[in-house]
Amino acid sequence: MGLLYDRETCTGCMLCIKVCNFGAIEKDGDKVKFDIDKCVLCGSCEEVCPVDAIKIERRTVDEEALAEYKDVWVFCETHEGRLRNVALELVTKARELADKLGERVVAVLIGHEIEGLAECLIHQGADKVLVVDDKIYADYSTDAYTIAMASLIAPRKPAIVLFGATNNGRELAPRVAARLKLGLTADCTGLEIDENRQLVQIRPAFGGNIMAEILCPYTRPQMATVRPNVFKPSEPDTSRTGEIEKVEIKVNPLQVRTRILDRVVEVTEGMKSVEEADIIVSCGRGIKDPSNLNLPQALADLLDAAVGGSRPIVDAGWLPPTQQVGQSGRTVSPKLYFALGISGAIQHIAGMSSSDIIVAINKDPEAPIFEIADFGIVGDLFEVVPAIIEEIKQLKEKR
Amino acid sequence: MKIIVPIKQVPEVAEVKINPETGTLIRDGVPSILNPFDEYAVEAAIQLKEKFGGEVTVITMGPPQAKDALLKALAMGADRAVHLTDRAFAGADTWATAYTLAVQIKKMEFDMVICGKQAIDGDTAQVGPELAELLGVPQICYVRHLEVSEDQKFVIAHRETDDGYEVIKAKLPVLLTATKGLNEPRLPNIMGIMKAKKKPMDVIDAATLGVPEDEIGLKGSPTTVRKVYPPPRRSGGIKIEDMDPKEAAKKLVEFLASKGAI
Ligand SMILES: Cc1cc2nc3c(=O)[nH]c(=O)nc-3n(C[C@H](O)[C@H](O)[C@H](O)COP(=O)(O)OP(=O)(O)OC[C@H]3O[C@@H](n4cnc5c(N)ncnc54)[C@H](O)[C@@H]3O)c2cc1C
Ligand SMILES: Nc1ncnc2c1ncn2[C@@H]1O[C@H](COP(=O)(O)O)[C@@H](O)[C@H]1O
Repeated sequence: MGLLYDRETCTGCMLCIKVCNFGAIEKDGDKVKFDIDKCVLCGSCEEVCPVDAIKIERRTVDEEALAEYKDVWVFCETHEGRLRNVALELVTKARELADKLGERVVAVLIGHEIEGLAECLIHQGADKVLVVDDKIYADYSTDAYTIAMASLIAPRKPAIVLFGATNNGRELAPRVAARLKLGLTADCTGLEIDENRQLVQIRPAFGGNIMAEILCPYTRPQMATVRPNVFKPSEPDTSRTGEIEKVEIKVNPLQVRTRILDRVVEVTEGMKSVEEADIIVSCGRGIKDPSNLNLPQALADLLDAAVGGSRPIVDAGWLPPTQQVGQSGRTVSPKLYFALGISGAIQHIAGMSSSDIIVAINKDPEAPIFEIADFGIVGDLFEVVPAIIEEIKQLKEKR
Repeated sequence: MKIIVPIKQVPEVAEVKINPETGTLIRDGVPSILNPFDEYAVEAAIQLKEKFGGEVTVITMGPPQAKDALLKALAMGADRAVHLTDRAFAGADTWATAYTLAVQIKKMEFDMVICGKQAIDGDTAQVGPELAELLGVPQICYVRHLEVSEDQKFVIAHRETDDGYEVIKAKLPVLLTATKGLNEPRLPNIMGIMKAKKKPMDVIDAATLGVPEDEIGLKGSPTTVRKVYPPPRRSGGIKIEDMDPKEAAKKLVEFLASKGAI
């Protein structure tokens, strides 16, 4: 049954009501009562209760069995013969986690004719690269890749396995998790090691309104998919050395039950990717009309920046979905982010708050975007942005 | 064609707010809705039934009030509903959810299972693929266009990728997850709403389902939530008000140049 409440022991201090994020605890006379339908069994109340009147029944942990699992693995996704950026981000993060644990970073490279990429992963921080190379892996297929990952994980017993939260990563990781009966946390934006050497997986939930810290206390490996662009890749160190092991994992073509008939790339001509740009000029509903997009575009051209947008702009079809920044779009962390006519809803902020410098221009002095902007101008973007363009042009001439 | 659509009732997260004083979620008065991605799944299933004949069953694991989500899907045109409901299911993570659904679905016949891409409360997108694995069928996720061959043996689906989409063919039975663009979900009309109440709905508890207690709910979940808290906010810096735009722009460009940002 989950939650156990001992009314006798309870002193009625009401601390638990204060920490419940889900409104599941109510005052009941001089004690409390629980609304089990609202409760998600997160354990906040259990933690604060000074007299242990609240217990959440959980499974027991087999410490010995878990201790057999070692090393931090990264599934390194490739695309058209190149590593996806998120692979480098994750190897960098894995290095940090592995150093805390005193264990190794193992990069897993699956594909066809991709062995050449192994060296980069070592330079990035991997101690070892497992290369699974075969024609059957030339294109991503959930069936073949699941067989490969499960066959590697089961006998080698890693403690942690990370996947990029790309479309492929988010299809593959749960399939592997279900096959091996493992816990999996989706779309993490933070990873830490706690005092018990467990992986703390941090992710937004409820449309970005709250952050949750999730653990996998009972099973190993601990698995997570991680949002691209939340961790920065370190500078590669070409003097690093490591081991490259080729592993043969046979897959019968009959085991691959999906077939790719065609692949269509939908990148809009001339649109710089928001995920790769150092500077992003984003606009929101304040831009009013698609014909006004030439204004942010002019600023972007001047700074060699990408043009991004809030969700309403993308929903209206004024910018392609690839340019949407936020919770349900892309996460970005450029050196400089312009928010033009964007109110700063929590879902937008979730996707850009790790930018180095945030500039906001908004008519409304109360707009929440100002609470996080390093430089905010209260004003009409149609007056301010042309003035900024002018100033930058002058600055460039002086240089 | 027999199609099963797992659906979830979720809070309208756009209306969930944070209490600025306590930093906790305010959920009172927030309406519960049928997960928007599941509406695409229900609509796709109904369209296939209209074309090929057969039956659409919607299934949910959730508290008693999740019945409303089932009724909505029935009102749209699904034929029957299964409601897995029991206190013992509470606290399930994606694995335990997929497991519980799989136990029930294995007792039923199906050519296709269509999930939503993700549920907007947790945004995990994991239940679909995990369910596919437990059912032993292939999966195609993020489907935004779907065709079934005339002989009803194959699906051809457009699967969204990070760079565009792939056209994927698979043999039935298969599990798909539906995303935006797949169709325009219909609004239930009065007739549909009336009929929905008369359609068959099986309400099943843990004992009837016949699942071991340590495989379901919180106990069956390999993950646990350690803590939840409001997202950290970075603090603001300079804010300029009531200044001539030219002057303001100048100050901004000086600031950016001093930081080496431009
Ligand atoms: C589950 C979920 C996921 C979501 N995901 C995302 C996401 O990924 N990305 C995202 O962006 N949103 C997302 N949203 C939507 C989000 O909640 C907001 O609705 C959205 O970000 C608002 O966009 P906006 O700031 O452009 O529009 P508005 O909130 O309408 O703000 C427009 C702003 O422009 C200002 N303005 C108007 N005219 C001018 C002018 N002439 N000069 C200067 N300023 C002007 C106004 O003062 C206002 O502040 C999501 C919502 C939900 C529920
Ligand atoms: N409790 C549940 N009952 C039935 N279906 C569910 C449940 N939870 C998730 N699903 C299905 O799985 C999809 C993905 O959910 P999630 O993995 O929670 O993001 C949803 O769109 C539903 O189709």
